[in-house]
Amino acid sequence: MSSGAPLRSAPAAGFDPRRIRRDFPIFERNPGLVFLDTAASAQKPAAVIDGVAEFYRTDYANVHRGVYRLSAASTARYEDARERVRRFLNAAEASEIVFVRGATEALNLVAYSWGGAFLKPDDEIVLSELEHHSNIVPWQLLRDRIGFKIVVAPIDATGGLDLREFEKRLSPRTKLVSITHVANGTGHIVPVETVIRLAHAKGAKVMLDGCQAVPRMPVDVRALDVDFYVFSGHKVYGPSGIGALYAKRAILEAMPPWQGGGDMILTVTFEKTTFQAPPSRFEAGTPDISGAVGLGEALDYVEGLGREAIRDHEEALTGYCVDKLARLPGVHVVGAGQRRLGVVSFTVDGIHPHDLATILDSHKVAVRAGHHCAQPLMERLGVHATTRASFGIYNDEADVDALAAAVKAALEMFRR
Amino acid sequence: MMDLRELYQDIILDHGRHPRNFYAMERPSHLAHGHNPLCGDKITIYLKLEGDRIVDVSFEGRGCAISTASASLMTEILKGRTVAEAEALFKRFHAEVTGEEVPEVPAALAEDSERLEPLTGVKAYPARVKCATLAWHALEAAIKGGGLGTTVKTE
Repeated sequence: MSSGAPLRSAPAAGFDPRRIRRDFPIFERNPGLVFLDTAASAQKPAAVIDGVAEFYRTDYANVHRGVYRLSAASTARYEDARERVRRFLNAAEASEIVFVRGATEALNLVAYSWGGAFLKPDDEIVLSELEHHSNIVPWQLLRDRIGFKIVVAPIDATGGLDLREFEKRLSPRTKLVSITHVANGTGHIVPVETVIRLAHAKGAKVMLDGCQAVPRMPVDVRALDVDFYVFSGHKVYGPSGIGALYAKRAILEAMPPWQGGGDMILTVTFEKTTFQAPPSRFEAGTPDISGAVGLGEALDYVEGLGREAIRDHEEALTGYCVDKLARLPGVHVVGAGQRRLGVVSFTVDGIHPHDLATILDSHKVAVRAGHHCAQPLMERLGVHATTRASFGIYNDEADVDALAAAVKAALEMFRR
Repeated sequence: MMDLRELYQDIILDHGRHPRNFYAMERPSHLAHGHNPLCGDKITIYLKLEGDRIVDVSFEGRGCAISTASASLMTEILKGRTVAEAEALFKRFHAEVTGEEVPEVPAALAEDSERLEPLTGVKAYPARVKCATLAWHALEAAIKGGGLGTTVKTE
């Protein structure tokens, strides 16, 4: 069921993580840092840091309100950021992009607004075992309120989505499939083209959690024909506190507001309020203006490096890491076979992930240890927790070598 | 950062690998579950109290070397101690690992307190303090819960 080419063994030509690293001040201030936790949050290039500061110095005021020049300038910057997100996802219109705090808020927004309006007690939605808690819990909260059924599509022996089982979970009652694009716990790439085709054939809508995909590969929402696509800005080298929801225009227009306040209304009286069209309808209150501007800078920076080059780079590095770790005694990479991108989860016999992460930290290797906000997945994989190395555009093979050397040192320490 | 060997001393690794009193007690008078949501570690503390004396204590669960060793050492020193003595030991241990002012313990407890010394290396690792205190928090919950089935979280 692997849907693409095998992992490449050589890094992308012309893509130079060493040079890219110089764009990230954090590495200058933390010499020797081996940062392998980009799946949790990416570091920020100077273009983003300086872009936000420069915006505050030059164009800042509240948006969509003032008639004065500065407010118009700030609004233009905010809306320009929206246009950059549109371009990044290849959405048809900027009005299909809603700024949110992050993917979690986007998923909650869709659950609350779309789910609340259109899901009925006899309906079903399909999630997968690969999901992050943020694509599980909002649906449970909603289900407890209105009573539809949550159907879970399992993973197969390799740790990727089992497409055959997935197809069996679809029925005429399925109204939505909400699934990750790249699994944050294991890095497995979900064959979303097939998922979308199968779901649409049953009349279901599809939402993709693109948090781990957007920083690592080209994403084209129109080519995918996906109904909803969400991602967090901080994972794609942008500021924390900003993210985006894409939804097809007709769907957004049919969705009721979810939070009320300023900026989302047309007229307000105590008897009746009328609401703005999307995306303003879903952006109550003063938004994270500088966050949006910073996100726009981040997306342009990533686009400048080329997302196909980034994907090749991350594929090569992921494959290199899997090979390197698999050669160490007692080290087990979680999941196998299928294409994975940017994330390698592993366990080490006799060493708890938290102990391992502490030891790796003493070697300046920053990794995540724990359940990665995917407890059902961990349970299903038969592990309580894993150690996770994840990559970004600034990582290279030397970082993986440092990781492997530190794991080796941990093995020696614990086997003494 | 301190030398890691001070955190992972031989005694910690030993108790982490071969925890003592590691079983589900058949008829405990008190029981509590400890849960560290950060890492998903879970521990259950079983207690048999007679009056205010701990006549037996055991644990089971899964955790890192620090949390397992801490629970193991705790069960070793608490057998035969009173509830008040257990509380005094926890108070001192908690203060030591969180960097607060360390209270004196009665002379009779000095030796027990010293046995916890190898664990106090976690104070240099703020993210790991909860690992070292999880078992103690669960113990406290078991006693204060006054029976079976309390759950305590480290966060």
